[in-house]
Amino acid sequence: MEPATAQRTRRPAWVAGVAPLAVLAVAIGLFVLLDAPGLNRIGVPQEELAVERTVLKPDEIQLHVRNEGADPVQVRQVIVNDAFAPFDQTNSRVGRLGGSEIDIAYPWIEGENYGVVLLTSTGATVDHEIEAAVETPDAGLDFYGLMALIGIYVGVIPVAIGMLWLPWIRGVDARWIRFLLAFTVGLLGFLAVEALLEGTELAGTGAKAFGGAALVWLGAAGAFLALAGVDAWLRGRRAGDGGAGAAAADGPGLASAGYRAAFLVALGIGLHNLGEGLAIGSAYAVGSLALGATLVVGFALHNTTEGLAIVAPVAQERRARLRRLALLGLLAGSPAVLGAWIGASAFNPSLAALMFGVGAGAIAQVVVQIAPAIRDGAGRLLHPLGVAGLLTGLTVMYLTGLMVSI
Amino acid sequence: MEFGSDKLSRRRLLGGAAAATAALPVLHELVPHEGLHNAVDASAAEPHMAGMGGMAAHGGAGHAAHIGTVGQVDPRSNGFDPQEMLRDFDEGRMVGGVREWELVAEEKQIEVAPGVKYAAWAYNGRVPGPTLRAREGERLRVRFTNGSKHPHTIHFHGIHPSSQDGVAGVGAGNIEPGRSTSYEFVAEPFGLHLYHCHTMPLAEHIAKGLYGAFIIDPKQERPRADELVMVMNGFDTNFDRSNEVYAVNTVAFDYVHRPVRVKRGELVRIYLVNTLEFDLLNSFHIHANFFDYYPTGTRLEPRDFTDTVIQGQGERGVLELRFPYTGRYMFHAHVSEFAELGWMGFFQVED
Repeated sequence: MEPATAQRTRRPAWVAGVAPLAVLAVAIGLFVLLDAPGLNRIGVPQEELAVERTVLKPDEIQLHVRNEGADPVQVRQVIVNDAFAPFDQTNSRVGRLGGSEIDIAYPWIEGENYGVVLLTSTGATVDHEIEAAVETPDAGLDFYGLMALIGIYVGVIPVAIGMLWLPWIRGVDARWIRFLLAFTVGLLGFLAVEALLEGTELAGTGAKAFGGAALVWLGAAGAFLALAGVDAWLRGRRAGDGGAGAAAADGPGLASAGYRAAFLVALGIGLHNLGEGLAIGSAYAVGSLALGATLVVGFALHNTTEGLAIVAPVAQERRARLRRLALLGLLAGSPAVLGAWIGASAFNPSLAALMFGVGAGAIAQVVVQIAPAIRDGAGRLLHPLGVAGLLTGLTVMYLTGLMVSI
Repeated sequence: MEFGSDKLSRRRLLGGAAAATAALPVLHELVPHEGLHNAVDASAAEPHMAGMGGMAAHGGAGHAAHIGTVGQVDPRSNGFDPQEMLRDFDEGRMVGGVREWELVAEEKQIEVAPGVKYAAWAYNGRVPGPTLRAREGERLRVRFTNGSKHPHTIHFHGIHPSSQDGVAGVGAGNIEPGRSTSYEFVAEPFGLHLYHCHTMPLAEHIAKGLYGAFIIDPKQERPRADELVMVMNGFDTNFDRSNEVYAVNTVAFDYVHRPVRVKRGELVRIYLVNTLEFDLLNSFHIHANFFDYYPTGTRLEPRDFTDTVIQGQGERGVLELRFPYTGRYMFHAHVSEFAELGWMGFFQVED
């Protein structure tokens, strides 16, 4: 008896945890090996290809496709504007979720529309419209410079300008601080909804097999939880520091709560601006972005309010730390640059949808963080000034947003 | 405090955000795909993608000279060859003074453009069906067996009693799967006709391939010539009631890749039939030459001397021409869309 018991206890606990996985692996292996015994496929193959990206070079149309259906797809001929066209492809048999690059030799003309049809081995067709063809910018130094400039114009500068409201809000009454925080929440709410809608729209153009609109919500949930985790960690670290930390730092706990909120606001807005940069960059890459004063001015107004949102939580800090504020501004604004780079050079609708979701989730977390600060003396959230602030935030974002539809 | 500290740079923050999504395979899209072209040449592994018949090749300057589809159709896999169909006339056999043919309707997968398969319905395993040829006034018998899973008929153009017309509800009517019938009539009038299935839905039964040329030679023979049959057709491969692929004798661009060889100065007679569905018109245009045109072939005097002729659905006519010079001469539908979607070819004129 005793040796047997010893034997049992010696076996590590993880074996019992892993055993079902091993059985599952064997079962799957057998199932695949025996080609799904008892199950017969009915119907014709479901061939679904999504065109994720279009690149136009002189005399060449390049399509990046992804198989979003259940069956492998073999592109056998390519038709451009009702004419068969010669082409190369990197993958002549695209499996589920697999990708391929199809390079079509075609003397396209700038500004004209092209209908590309991919004809598969079964005669099925995948249609792709190119509206107002324009050469895809080469990803050279000039190009990245231009994208950086756009990002700075629409992200960094407006946010920085918005932060200049700090001296003013430091002087105003606590009631008005609550109004401003409510304004911030309204503004962020608008951005979150906008990001969700835009992400959902983008997901519709990408490969559905990656989850489509679910990606947006997945990104949102992930970002919301991740930021909640970051916040909890920051609070925990501060508590752990105790007196020593407080002595070394240059302010008491109350003050850092403001900066923590500001940091989260900046991070949320930064993730949002990453998505905004993506949209701008990809629109530029396909030539559908009317780069001009109106757009830049529109974004400046739109995003200036974001700067105000960052500084609102630190209004009651005793000291304005310029260096820290500058970093927060960069955190909020500069992702627009990164987004523009990615959007213009390696745009992928599914990834962009996920990023928009991440932005929305981050903003939602920020709203949860700063909403308590809106409460008035009686503990009410929706006091008259608070409601006025929320509505003002929504209205301002709506009106400035009218100027920047891409 | 700590989150605003100097240690926390923007790059680190963004890196953190990216790390949250790094588990997703989509992220690989961010990596530049340079050198991709050198890495893979999938077409080399594909039998029908390889070999461009000397017309063109992949990449670079080759593209400028390229016409049409990429790759070639192997006639062996189809079981019929557009090259042979050109001069393949089926005169049947004489049984007790009656000219007799046997036709079977069947379902068959055919390759209409390199690598593109189409689930066709075919008479005797080929699209178009055999070119039936008889002489004016002969008694004809066509024994028809339906070997497919759908009802079919054969409806002949010509002059005959209604019982032999091959339409639903008249005479033998629809021939159900596995059943047979015989159509018997006298060959008249002379000319170039066609036959096709006349089961509803009509467009589908015709478009899937149940058609062929039907020639009734006049009692007074036409001059000796190098005779060619060209059935202009198309294929709606994705079933949207418009054609993706156009051709003469089924295979897109076949006569571009393998030109039709004819002799200089010799009389060439083309039996041209339009069996196209979904498009109202089709046309034939010859480069650097003119032809005599005999609409429906029912008169022995040409109606026209031209280089382009238009045919509606079911229309047909006889063309006669001689090539005065050697060389390579294009012929195609002058509906440019059809031409670039497969209805294009060359004559190779030799001494």
